[in-house]
Amino acid sequence: MGTDEIIERLKSRFPDDILSVTEFREQTGITINKKNLLEIAGFLRNEPDLGFDLLRDLCGVDYLNKRTPRFEVVYQMYSIKNKHCIRLNVQVSQKDAHVNSVTSIWTGANWHERECFDLFGIVFDGHPDLRRILMPEDWEGYPLRKDYPVEGPVEEWQGFVEVLRKSEEYKQHQWYR
Amino acid sequence: MPKAEIDKDRFKKENLILNMGPHHPATHGVMRLLLELDGETIVKCTPYVGYLHRGVEKLAEDMTYLRALPLTDRLDYISSMTHNQGYCYAVETLLGVEIPTRAKFIRTMVCEMSRISSHLLWIATHALDIGAMTVFLYAFKEREFILEQFEALCGARLTVTYPRIGGVRNDVSQEFIDSVYDFTNYFPSKIDEYERLIDKNRIWFKRTRGIGVITADEAVSYGLTGAALRGSGVNYDIRKLFPYDAYDSVDFDVPIGTHGDVYDRYRCRMEELRQSTRIIRQCIERLPRGAIMAKDAPKVIMPPKKKVLTSMESMIHHFMVITKGPMDTPKGEVYVATEAPKGELGFYFISDGEGKPYRMRIRAPSFAHIAALPKLCEGGLIADVISNIGSIDIVLGECDR
Repeated sequence: MGTDEIIERLKSRFPDDILSVTEFREQTGITINKKNLLEIAGFLRNEPDLGFDLLRDLCGVDYLNKRTPRFEVVYQMYSIKNKHCIRLNVQVSQKDAHVNSVTSIWTGANWHERECFDLFGIVFDGHPDLRRILMPEDWEGYPLRKDYPVEGPVEEWQGFVEVLRKSEEYKQHQWYR
Repeated sequence: MPKAEIDKDRFKKENLILNMGPHHPATHGVMRLLLELDGETIVKCTPYVGYLHRGVEKLAEDMTYLRALPLTDRLDYISSMTHNQGYCYAVETLLGVEIPTRAKFIRTMVCEMSRISSHLLWIATHALDIGAMTVFLYAFKEREFILEQFEALCGARLTVTYPRIGGVRNDVSQEFIDSVYDFTNYFPSKIDEYERLIDKNRIWFKRTRGIGVITADEAVSYGLTGAALRGSGVNYDIRKLFPYDAYDSVDFDVPIGTHGDVYDRYRCRMEELRQSTRIIRQCIERLPRGAIMAKDAPKVIMPPKKKVLTSMESMIHHFMVITKGPMDTPKGEVYVATEAPKGELGFYFISDGEGKPYRMRIRAPSFAHIAALPKLCEGGLIADVISNIGSIDIVLGECDR
């Protein structure tokens, strides 16, 4: 099924939720309203002609100072039966950084959403276990945001300070007598 | 003497929480598994990752496309050619660069060699963890040959940075081609040797058949790709569906399993070794003459040194490409996936007209595979955890980025 037909099906079923369609290098991205994300994702997965059963990727993007809904969550989907792929962009504002979780539709979204929460601070409502995954559990701040310094936080993480203190302590000990 | 009676109501029973800590010989990197055991059966399994997180995606936002290329070497350090190829193919799609045919064939050839190297390390460590220690020594001998060939080709064994944006770094010598062709002559007999060691072994059957079963629907829902998905019977190979480089000019088959257990995934990868050998032979036989770097993209790729020293325009292009990155890049976003040995490696680039990527997202196959590990392990025994970790073929450098 061609990408135009998929967009037609989506537009006929959800007429006011498709905000824009962009095409670049033969790949199509559909920007949708985040309110009906669960229904649209369910429709894309369960409808037999569309059948997007493989969620390849879920990631977040930070458009600080470039665009007003600051964040965007991007879903890359592929249909194994029908052999077509699509991309969904969901815009998320900074004030209301909540998106519905699609874990009930694709189980593999679980860890991708945890990573998005960890690195951007976007909260996924309905996620079974939303906690940090790549950074340590007590880390403060969201590293992949554009206003987070690439050199690291100004104040050293307490866990590392403790490791340094312990190594100093062990250096004092007489290991060999 | 009256027998002492045990009053069963006075004893409490609790599940044991066992920590397979970050440092463990069988976890193939630094990954922590928290297992909750009832006797020896696993009730709950929680993986903790992030010990090797280096912030590659954040670093790449600050670097030009060429400077960010060595970062991708270190993702899956076992088969770095394929990750470089994935990155270069994604950037070439984004910037609209067409690479010459000779470069395509060379890239395909070295990436298939890298795939063989990765699968050899996989079978060596998988069998070693299960207990078959001889396979480790046999497989590493062939892997040593491949690494020596990589060193002769580009100077590095493990983190090569050989595929570049626009082609490859340098041309292959006749000596390289001859020794690799010779390798493809004797390698299938070596694969038979590895299979003779474990394929029909009763202990191997008991440790791998019926263990870690995942059905096709569940595997697709979890986002498994690569041999882990093909072992469950789903025909999903990006080299066939979205061909890139020279994969549409060579013939090869894609092995598909049936039961979705550890044994089928093992068989899939062993067959892939044979198919990779076939691809390398065809690449060498059909290798065309020609250039190895694209010539018609002066604003993206550095012009050759001779022109830089004689032409003013080339000098300016060279200066700008090195300092600021490719000039006049289009604005847009693109998601490009390639078939790494571990699964589907995807790169999602957003470009806003500068020489640096605005956002580089790496879709690592190991990340999705470790997420499926609780599903494979729960309900099984502790020893099966080791089989499962081996069968999904993870490398933590890629998972944590």
